[in-house]
Amino acid sequence: MHCLWCENEVEFSLTWKSLLIPSREKVLCSSCRGKLELLQGERCNMCSRVSMEKLCSDCKRWQSLTHPSSLQWNYSIYKYNYFMKELVAKWKYRGDYTLGVSFQSIFQEHFKVHFNHLRKSAIAVPIPLSHERLKERGFNQAQMLTEFLPIESCSPLERLHGEKQSKKTKKERITGGNPFKLKETIKKQVILVDDIYTTGATLHQAARLLIDSGCPAVYSYTLIRG
Amino acid sequence: MTQLQDDKELPHLSSDQLSPDQLSAYYSGKRLLRNEIHIQEVYFQWLLSKQYFIPVPAIKRKLFHYTCQRCGNSRRSLFGDIPCASCGETHVYCRKCIMMGRVLACDFLYYWNGPVIERTLLQYEPCTWEGTLTSTQEKAANRIVKAIQLQEKELLIWAVCGSGKTEMLFAGISEGLKKGLRVCIATPRTDVVQELKPRIQQAFSSIPIEALYGGSNDTEAKAQLIISTTHQLLRFQEAFDIMIIDEIDAFPFHSDPSLLFAVQRSRKLKSTSIYLTATPRKQHQMQILLKQLPHFFVPVRYHGHPLPVPYMKMSISLKKDVQNNHPPASFVSWLKKRKNPNRQLLIFVPTISLVESLLASVTKLLLQEQMIKNKFEIASVYANDGARVEKVQAFRDKKLVAIMTTTILERGVTFPSVDVAIFDAGHDVFDEAALVQIAGRAGRSAEDPKGEVVFFHDGKTEAMIKAVEMIKEMNKRIADF
Repeated sequence: MHCLWCENEVEFSLTWKSLLIPSREKVLCSSCRGKLELLQGERCNMCSRVSMEKLCSDCKRWQSLTHPSSLQWNYSIYKYNYFMKELVAKWKYRGDYTLGVSFQSIFQEHFKVHFNHLRKSAIAVPIPLSHERLKERGFNQAQMLTEFLPIESCSPLERLHGEKQSKKTKKERITGGNPFKLKETIKKQVILVDDIYTTGATLHQAARLLIDSGCPAVYSYTLIRG
Repeated sequence: MTQLQDDKELPHLSSDQLSPDQLSAYYSGKRLLRNEIHIQEVYFQWLLSKQYFIPVPAIKRKLFHYTCQRCGNSRRSLFGDIPCASCGETHVYCRKCIMMGRVLACDFLYYWNGPVIERTLLQYEPCTWEGTLTSTQEKAANRIVKAIQLQEKELLIWAVCGSGKTEMLFAGISEGLKKGLRVCIATPRTDVVQELKPRIQQAFSSIPIEALYGGSNDTEAKAQLIISTTHQLLRFQEAFDIMIIDEIDAFPFHSDPSLLFAVQRSRKLKSTSIYLTATPRKQHQMQILLKQLPHFFVPVRYHGHPLPVPYMKMSISLKKDVQNNHPPASFVSWLKKRKNPNRQLLIFVPTISLVESLLASVTKLLLQEQMIKNKFEIASVYANDGARVEKVQAFRDKKLVAIMTTTILERGVTFPSVDVAIFDAGHDVFDEAALVQIAGRAGRSAEDPKGEVVFFHDGKTEAMIKAVEMIKEMNKRIADF
């Protein structure tokens, strides 16, 4: 077994379990995994950003912009540090699909802890890519993350083609028009899934659309808080 | 893939579309993915139907065994499975060469089969370099020219560190250019490509040159003279008449089979390959001994002085010292009685984490010994260091007195007057080649040809003994030369 990032041999401890059921799980080695930083300590209840306040300044602004608030809250796992940036660049932009598998177990674990109460009542919805972008990348990273989750999922959203979110400024993101279109309405609670929450613009816009069409509540689950 | 349609007429082209003859300048000698070929789809289909481009499946499958047709990778663990959005099926892709654009199993690679570009014979001497070669360099240069004239398949130039390898190449390159041959200088390392480009451009001022490396601005890759990293050669196929490989023994070239694969595919079937090295690997030394690989030996540095011979200093408490973030004890005593305290100091340590943990205590020590006036006269340099280039330049400009580094500075860099110390020379990263290369950093200039090289260790390794032997051997051969 080799590390998905550095190609070094991954060492497994020899236990009865690992002997009887050889693991075929694709993983990072311990040194690469160590370079990923979990979000820790006090954080904003709304957006998961590390912050001493219960509601960070960005979220206060979101609340003043949208009445009633479209997104209940967001939960993220990792910090967007240097190593994570490199990892995401290779996974998403270079299209190294297999790298995403290394997030599978942690994405499931944190789901169990933080979304367990929604497990029966909610449905997972990945943030889509535009057709053009999907063709270019070959896969949708949000879709991939959604498939890790133990709940039902569907794709009611469609994205119109436009400038990449990561190329826009904060202001352009927040004031820009809604890039999504709704294909069907959903009457269940929704957990939006995406790889990263940066300004929150994408997720808020998607949530707005869902709420306006009669969805009772929208949460979001993202791998990284940018 | 659409079917080939033979009798289809050439579609109407917009004015900026090039004719097949013009296209050959861009695409002959290449092997590319569709998205690397910048041609409108209609026109591309027409070119395919006329067999100007020949498609090959990008990943070859044989039972349960895959081979990437771009980088030659066939290790199963380096293929990933992807549910592909463009073809709708789950299939493999190559993870090995993904940094150059993903190769999917449903993709094709295309190579040019149209008219071949005719390069004109030059009527003038393209080499504008005005320096003079030493007699030894000239002998080597003549040997390279001969190899090109006689279309010899391979030639290895074994030239010690600091012998002026680049200058030896000029005559051979200019011979090739005059004959209308396509020349490539390949090296495993990006920074060497960046450093070579201006030097070669200055030596051949009227010849267009392109430098290819990840993130380079030269992307057309149609020049007659190309300087490239060995990785970038993966986009070529039977392109070069003369292939010069600098530092053939360097990482990652000797450890990555796909790079050798790239070199072999990018040269023409009838071509001349020139290998340059100061420290040939076992395999080449063996071939030389068996007379399977013609070689030419240059034991003399350009200034004619012998290589400084390293000496070893035992430091029993080395591991403990280093663990406590202190330099080895014998380093402290050596520092106090250096022969020429005016030389700059180049300190090699085995790992990046050691660079970081030792920097503070070495800084303190040098301050105590009044070698440096403040802590800004010492710096650390390692692979992922954003300011790497600036720091090396500062050291060259003597703004820095000392540098602590890993093996990334083992080769390709020249400082006029340095002493070299290696902490824990017995560590695995310091193999024979690395030690010889590191020792070769000392005594580079004619003004100060006698730098000191010290291996601090807690037990001699075979690599250390062999490295010293090799240097002595090379010095001995100066007399025979």
